[in-house]
Amino acid sequence: MNRENELTKTNNSQSNDQVILSTRDLNVYYGTFRAIKDINLEVKKNQVLALIGPSGCGKSTVLRCFNRMNDLIMSAKVEGSVLYNGNNLYSPDVDAAEIRSRIGMVFQKPNPFPKSIYDNVAFGLKINGYQGDIEEAVERSLKRAALWNEVKDRLKDNGLTLSGGQQQRLCIARALAIEPDIILMDEPCSSLDPIATLAIEELIRDLISKYTIIIVTHNMQQAARVSDETAFLMVGEDRAGYLVETGDTQQILTNPKEERTEAYITGRFS
Amino acid sequence: MARTDFDRELTSLMDELLLLGSMVRKSVLKSLVALKTRDLALSKKVIDDDDLIDQKAVEIEDKCIHLMATQQPLAGDLRTVITVLHVASELERMGDYAEGIGKIGLKIGTDQLLKPLIDIPRIGKLASNMLKKALETLVARDTEGAKAVIESDDEVDALYNQIYRELLLYMIEDPKTIKKATYLLWVAHDLERIADRATNISERTIFMVAGIKYELYGLEEN
Repeated sequence: MNRENELTKTNNSQSNDQVILSTRDLNVYYGTFRAIKDINLEVKKNQVLALIGPSGCGKSTVLRCFNRMNDLIMSAKVEGSVLYNGNNLYSPDVDAAEIRSRIGMVFQKPNPFPKSIYDNVAFGLKINGYQGDIEEAVERSLKRAALWNEVKDRLKDNGLTLSGGQQQRLCIARALAIEPDIILMDEPCSSLDPIATLAIEELIRDLISKYTIIIVTHNMQQAARVSDETAFLMVGEDRAGYLVETGDTQQILTNPKEERTEAYITGRFS
Repeated sequence: MARTDFDRELTSLMDELLLLGSMVRKSVLKSLVALKTRDLALSKKVIDDDDLIDQKAVEIEDKCIHLMATQQPLAGDLRTVITVLHVASELERMGDYAEGIGKIGLKIGTDQLLKPLIDIPRIGKLASNMLKKALETLVARDTEGAKAVIESDDEVDALYNQIYRELLLYMIEDPKTIKKATYLLWVAHDLERIADRATNISERTIFMVAGIKYELYGLEEN
């Protein structure tokens, strides 16, 4: 797909070569409640960033800001900026649908459409008016999602007949089909068994040669296995989530700088 | 939230490590007494006791593996478990050196020693004190104390070089002394290695407390 436009052009005046996505003083409110406070975060191209932290610290809220999913929540209000290739995703002239085709999302529970495996992957291509060979694109996406060999003889079967792990890989294939730059994953393995989890984790490591991935996880070992960098968020006394520490995953998990990070990842958090 | 069971197991692990350290230190000291007093039965006991040291080291290793598998420690906890694993291995090797000195005691048998033992008990005392302090500073999580242990290794090295030169002179002057001088050189070398391993324990202590690889970077953060 050739979709070069203002969003994909790097605004060199504002961005570092390696940084594909960043936030500046990002605050999100749900009504009068401030969910996250002054988040300043950078995501490097072709790396996996893990967002960790206790429940309610705003990890998923931050993740949803990256493709303007919070727009779908009536009471949500976003302050600050999210820069994609240096361009603010929250500028009034930016089309949210265009962002979501660039920044795809995989959810906690696999959510394939009640359609055939083929149609699940082809869906995004069709609604975006894809001009190329759809069959080829479906095969390519299923191969990238490491699902092709398991489903190539049953592409007409309903996606819901697949196992949980296969369904999640189908959702990843569906996200990959429209060729995004970035994939957001919100606890993608939380409903999967250890073998299916391992398959997704291996897939994540394979995908980073082409994509940038941001993953929310409660599993520290998973963060250790799949991510290059980790950001730790906490809940403040005002119940707003804030960023405590970000850095190389190995450093965060073996020798964090902040005592709050140490307390959380060693399970002594209170 | 506390991790009461895990904390209790970590404390127990550290106690086991101290027990192993105490067993090793006693063996080192006994091996030297046996050598000096020509007590062959004591030398034999040091050799036999090494099996107990090996067994204790394996028990500690098993506990570390169990903790890693069941508790999946991270950050400071992970560094602690890795340090215990590493230190248990250092102590087990020190036990082997004590056993080696015991074997030399048996090899020399009741023959007269090449010379009265003066510097070898001195290096033995320095090395066993380094071991004692290395373990104390490990438990106290005292990085300054650990650094002092590391620095004290220079004194042991200097004394070892002095012993080496002296024994070399004996061998040059009278080749008939080579066998007896070599036995004593082995003993001195074993003690010098014990001091080196005490240094390793202190380097691990700094890593455990501060996450710094002192042997590579000093006390700078890396």
